Parts: sequence; structure tokens; C-alpha cells
Amino acid sequence: MNMATTSPATVDTPWLFRKNNLQAMSVLMLVIAGSLWALSMDTRWVYLLVYVWFGLAYGMLLQYGRFCMASAVRDLFAVKVPRMAVGMMIAVALYAVVAAIVTLAGFSTFHPNAMGWHIIIGAAIFGFGIVFTGGCASGSLYKAGEGNMNSMLVVVAISFSQAIVVSASGWWDKLVPQSWVEAAAAQDMPAELTVTEGWFDIFTAGHIWNLKGTTTAEIFGMAESAAGIVWLNTFLTAILPVAIILVALYAFYYRKGYLRRSGKAAPTLGDELAGMWAMCTASKNTAIAGIGLGILAGLHMYVTGVLREHYGIFNFGELLVAMGYTNGLSIQETVFDPGYWYITTQEAQWGGWIMQKLGIDSMDSIFFGLDNGLPNPLLNAPGFMSIGIILGAAVMALSRREFKWKLPSWETAFFAIVGGTLMGIGARLAMGCNIGAFFATVTNGDPSGWVFLFGMTIGAYIGVKVFTWWMDWSTARKAGECGL
Amino acid sequence: MAMSFNKTADHEWELNVCGYTCPHPQMYTKKALQKIDSGDMLTLIFDNPSSGESIQAMCEAEGSDLVDRQDAGGSFVWKIRKA
Repeated sequence: MNMATTSPATVDTPWLFRKNNLQAMSVLMLVIAGSLWALSMDTRWVYLLVYVWFGLAYGMLLQYGRFCMASAVRDLFAVKVPRMAVGMMIAVALYAVVAAIVTLAGFSTFHPNAMGWHIIIGAAIFGFGIVFTGGCASGSLYKAGEGNMNSMLVVVAISFSQAIVVSASGWWDKLVPQSWVEAAAAQDMPAELTVTEGWFDIFTAGHIWNLKGTTTAEIFGMAESAAGIVWLNTFLTAILPVAIILVALYAFYYRKGYLRRSGKAAPTLGDELAGMWAMCTASKNTAIAGIGLGILAGLHMYVTGVLREHYGIFNFGELLVAMGYTNGLSIQETVFDPGYWYITTQEAQWGGWIMQKLGIDSMDSIFFGLDNGLPNPLLNAPGFMSIGIILGAAVMALSRREFKWKLPSWETAFFAIVGGTLMGIGARLAMGCNIGAFFATVTNGDPSGWVFLFGMTIGAYIGVKVFTWWMDWSTARKAGECGL
Repeated sequence: MAMSFNKTADHEWELNVCGYTCPHPQMYTKKALQKIDSGDMLTLIFDNPSSGESIQAMCEAEGSDLVDRQDAGGSFVWKIRKA
């Protein structure tokens, strides 16, 4: 491929004083100043700031590598490009290795997800939605940081759809079987949670709580042994599936073009391995982002684990109480605090908090009232990770002269709201998005994440079919105007 | 904001997908490349940075040449010669 890259002349101005770099520095200085202000009030805010700074780093890497997991499945079917699927697998492998080290050191904050059909159904709805929004939950955040208001609309839709889903009752309750209502009623739960009202409460208490969530090492009774963590959680649950998927991606999406370009009519094993390497390094930015994100995600878990041990806590809610903040905590005095990269739950909290301020209280739900709380967004530590992703992406986009404010059209706004709503519904049914229910799970030995990826792939495949149909219909209808 | 695809000269085409986010730019590019003849030049104008990586990979896989790229200020003008 012949390629000439040209850039506009900005060479006369020193690098530091270029407008875009000054703007990037301003964003960075804002985060530094905010962090110092928080620490000057109470050094315990460092717990929240860890989320902020890891979020900032995630955002920078996501933007640098155009690292959107929606594209991993969507572009395979839409344009037959495996770039992001490869990047995602690299990140999984690296995260798994670092997660193993963190677990062996005793600082893991990971909890496995309950395994069941809800994962496939939720992931398929989520996967269908991401085709229309143009990004996964993290992808939408980093694209919002590039100035894309359409992606911000996706985040808003994800936030409110989740908050509504987890607190809705009335006719929604008819969606769940009576056996779940009876199972929920049998749970020993405080009356204020009304676990037999609200379809998501019934689904959670009457179905999810009766399912098992385990790591592979736990299944074989080796959760406490180094061999179980390394061989069963890391190698068998993460590295081996990654290797198989990479071989499949090479065979079905890359090999033919690679052999044609390299002129290998009768390839040897060495040629095939060279082809695999070429596929993994075809997009250096994506590969670098995959390596960086994998390592950072593991380190994030480690740093939070160390801080929890330092403060003698299991959850940020305990620290908030110690600092005098008790509003918005769950009845267990906890808040959502995974201790690792997670996206959708904190966005549900944003939506739920705003709804509460508008007079729609959902603290009688299990999701908010028992598990995650509804803290003020200024006290929402994982929420600041999401904001950090937006700001980190803005820093990177500004420094690369790629930041541009983009307003949605009616068409893209419709896709953002409908797709984002489907993503929110799917994420709650599956108990997480492609980060919380896939990336963070398989890397920590929980095989339920592969079930999520399978469901998300099915949803994305159907989504691409529907999107292609719509695009063909739309361009045919406007053939005279658009010419395509 | 509306997608436009026009013939600008003999064997030269222009596709403008500014304002669109993923997956529109890469899918419209694929559709445009299917429509034009081998050897034709497609000038692609877009402003969604993420689409660029996929479009570049798509060109590479299909053997099309990305002969020029102007990347600045969040807007991208690429010239692709179809294989």
C-alpha cells in the first residue's frame, strides 16, 4: 500500500504553545488541580482519585487505539475487519496475566458473575444495540471525549434506561414467572426492599441469587492454590480461548489477504505464524492500546486492593461513612465500588440519582437500595472513572488534533437513544456490559464472560444485518440526492 | 448533515460522511468501493477518527491503495484507489 501522510503546517509554533496542546494541558491541569483540592480536604479521597486517574489513562489509551469493543464484533460482520477483535484479545491476555499476579498477591477485588441464560439474552440485546450507537459503553465515553455529542447521548440513554429497568414495577412484573416471585418472597430480605414488587427485584432475588457464579479454579476446588489460579483461571479460562480465537480470526478474516499480499502460494507453518504476527501488529495503535489497557486494568485492581487493606475496608461506602457522608448509601452502607474497570452500573446510578431528584425514588430496589446505593455523583468513585475516560480521551484527541465538536442529526440521535436504551436493558439483564461482564470476568477466571461474548456476537450479527438492510433501503430511497 | 456521494471527474468519486459516527463511515465506504470501478479514485471525507482504523484495514485487506491522507482538526480527507 502506497501511503502519503500529510499534516497541516503548525511547525512554526513551538509544540507546547500550539492551541490544541494548550487545550489538552488545560484539561490535564484541571484534573491535577481537582485532585490536589480533594486531597487537601481529606487524604482519604485518594481512594476515589484512583478511579479518576485510571479512568484518565483508560480514556487516553482507548482514544489512542480507537479501542472500542463494539467494533470488535461489528466490524467483523460489517466490513470483515478483525483489527479490534485482535486488539481485544491482546488486552484480555495481558489483563489475565496481571490479574493472576494480583490474585496471587492477595489483592484481587474480583467477584464472579452468576452463570445463566440471562447472560446470553442480555448480551444479545446489548450486542444488537451497540451496532446502532456506534460504540460500546466505554467506546461511547471515549468518543464523547472526542467531542461527539451523539456518543454523549448514548451515555445518557444507557444511564436512564438502566435506572428505569431496575426500578420499574406494575405491568413489568408480569414479565417474570410466579415461581420467581415465590422464590424472591422466600429470601430473608428487609421489608423496605419489597423484593416481590418490581420485575428486576423479582428477577434478582427469585432467579439470579439461586444461580452459581464461580471461577474455573473454584469449580475444581483449587481457588486457593497457585496452580488453580495460574493454570485454570489464567491459562484455561483466558489464554487458551484467546489463542483459539486469534487462530480463528486469522483463518477466516486475515489469512487469504495476507498470503495474497506476501505472494505465498504454498505457505509453511513459519509463514502462517508470520501471518498471525502480522495480524496482531497490523494496527500498532490498537495493539499498543490493548497491551496498555490489559496491564492497567490489572494494576487498577491491585491499587484498589492495597488501599482497601490500608484503610481496613471492603467497600468505599465504609470510607464515606467515616468521612461523614451517609446520604445515598445502600442499607448495607455500601456503594457501587468494583475496584476495577467497570462502566454501566455507575451510569445507572447517575440516571437513578437524577430521577430521585425529580421525585422518582428507587431506593426500594435491590439494585440501588441493597447493592449499589444512589450516591451524589460528586461522591460516586466509579462515576469519576467514567468522567476520567471522557477527559483522558479529550486530552489525547486534542493533542492529536482530532477533537471536534459534533452535534447529532435526527437520524443519529434516534439511533443513539434507541441503541443506548437497548444497551442499558441488555447490560442489566446480563449483569454488566462488555467490560464488567466480559473483560473483567474471563481475565479473572470466570467463564461466564465467554457466554457474554457469544451472546454479544449473536446480537451484533443480527444488528449488522438489520443496519445493512436499513442503509440499503435508505440510500436506495435517497439515490437521487446521495448518489450511492 | 447528510451523506453525499458524487462523481467529480472521470474515474474520480467523492464520498462525504462528515457528522456520522461508527459504523456509518466504514459501511458507506465499503458500499462506495463496491460501486466504483477498479482503478477509480475515491476521495473520502469523514470526521469520526475511529472509523479511520477500520477503513485502513479494509483497504489493506482488499488491496486498495490509500494514496493520500490529510488528517487535521478532527477532519480527514483520504484518497483511495480501488484495486
